[in-house]
Amino acid sequence: MALFGVFIVVPMLGAVALSLFRWNGLGTPHWAGAQNWIQFARDPLARQALTVTAKVVVLSWVLQTPISMALGLFTAGRQRYRSVYAALYVLPLLLSTAGIALMWEALLDPNFGGLTALSRSLNLGFLQQNWLGNPSLTLYVIIALIAWQFIPFHTLLYQTGRRQIPDVLYEAARLDGASPAQMFWRVTLPQLRYTIVTSSTLIIVGSLTYFDIVYIMTNGGPGYTTRVLSLDMYQVAFQQNEYGYASVLAVVLGVVGVGIALGLVRFSGFASMSSQQEGAA
Amino acid sequence: MSQTVARSVRAQSEARSVPAPSPRRRRVSVGRVVTFALATVWLVIVIAPVYYMVLASFRGQGTYLTSNPWLPRGGLTVSEYGTVFGAGLGRYLVNSVILTTVCIVLTLSICLGAAYRIVRRSTRASAVSFSILLLGLAIPIQAIIVPLYLLVYKAHLYDTLFALMLAMSAAAIPVSVLVMVNFLRDIPRELIGAMLVDGGSEWTVFRRLIVPLSKPVLATLAIYNGLNVWNNFILPLVLTQSNSVAVLPLGLTKLEGQYAINVPAVMAAVLLSVLPLVVLFVVMRKQVMRSLGSVVLR
Repeated sequence: MALFGVFIVVPMLGAVALSLFRWNGLGTPHWAGAQNWIQFARDPLARQALTVTAKVVVLSWVLQTPISMALGLFTAGRQRYRSVYAALYVLPLLLSTAGIALMWEALLDPNFGGLTALSRSLNLGFLQQNWLGNPSLTLYVIIALIAWQFIPFHTLLYQTGRRQIPDVLYEAARLDGASPAQMFWRVTLPQLRYTIVTSSTLIIVGSLTYFDIVYIMTNGGPGYTTRVLSLDMYQVAFQQNEYGYASVLAVVLGVVGVGIALGLVRFSGFASMSSQQEGAA
Repeated sequence: MSQTVARSVRAQSEARSVPAPSPRRRRVSVGRVVTFALATVWLVIVIAPVYYMVLASFRGQGTYLTSNPWLPRGGLTVSEYGTVFGAGLGRYLVNSVILTTVCIVLTLSICLGAAYRIVRRSTRASAVSFSILLLGLAIPIQAIIVPLYLLVYKAHLYDTLFALMLAMSAAAIPVSVLVMVNFLRDIPRELIGAMLVDGGSEWTVFRRLIVPLSKPVLATLAIYNGLNVWNNFILPLVLTQSNSVAVLPLGLTKLEGQYAINVPAVMAAVLLSVLPLVVLFVVMRKQVMRSLGSVVLR
């Protein structure tokens, strides 16, 4: 408990407090009042970071949710080959983000990369792109890679969620003459409510604070096109040594993250659902 | 222990699948074929990059550039695996193993004890600390990284494995305690009551009843937290600096800096870093997959 208090709660309060000071890490912090916050409101770079982050969040959700749900329902099926597929789908989960980033850097290298080689031998010109250096393309590459990394996890969630739906419901629907489509809309989807909320919350908060792949692969570039909020914060703090202003960005990140998480959970009636899941896991 | 866990898991899933004959199985419809095709497309998307990486790691630096990197032809070698060990990968590997082991032990013992207290004593203090913990569940680590860094720096723990152990264990506590509390609440009070009547102390109950019953949950949490610690990047990045305390994810990026143009070496390093997890996964696949899904869905 003390460990948690010192390492999580204290920094939480510390971030709020620091955001009111001007401090370069050396010497004494100067009281700054709302100065950092005013700087935040006027900072074009912060606005850029917010826009990029919003794009990452929305597109990640749109991309990951349907694919994960489809794959989750698929892997929940009982045929033998499906469980083999399910086991292989988990592969990206075992790789660290650093590993994933380095692997894709090798694949996406415009000169000697795997995709370029593929485009040469198969004559597919569109595979040869400057994937990580094209300002209008790179952000989408990053979003796709984030999806590649996290879809396996959300697939597992949907698989677990689907398996918790009692078979009786489907049998009843079948007796009533429901088509597969009707079963999906009337049985599967409503029953997956809780899973959808959980998975969406994780996707949204996760992509809001996403850092690793961007830091390793593009470091915010080309230009500032992939400079997400957490990267902005990292650079302001640890490269420009402006701990006060960085804390403003951190507080924004924390408040928005917690806000979205609580909002989603409230909105969807998480509390009343939780009893239904008891003993299921 | 892992064997009994795996067996009980298997027994469970079999029990669940018994009352479900699938009457649709024999029909081969267009839908089935499309499903199979789409699933296979995704399989290729998942496997192809990894296949590429494996193949590239067995090239020499020169042959990687000259041969077709997708075909297993034209001189395969393990020499780059030697290169990365010479470049300090062994050190990073050891650091990661130490860090992950300590974090798992620390987190599990703290969260089991804390959860037991929260469940057994309904005092105000334990209720308040539980709600603070739940808040901690929602706080992203990125939001507290700056003060955390300053804290560690002021405590003269910067650039030590010890700092990482503390910070990562602390970060793992909220979710672990929550899962644990949910589990312990399902243990019938009568069971605990009966042991107390028979003259057992709280400590005996904890040791003889709670710990053995919790084994499957502890295994789940160990896997979930272990994976998170093993792969965490931002905390080592911010809290450490020297090669001697670098863990694998950070070490990989250091190696890349060193060997920017030697792709096979970098790929070999990535593969070596994931090897322990692959072994773990092959040995206890069902348990791992169930753990990952159940921790957050509980």
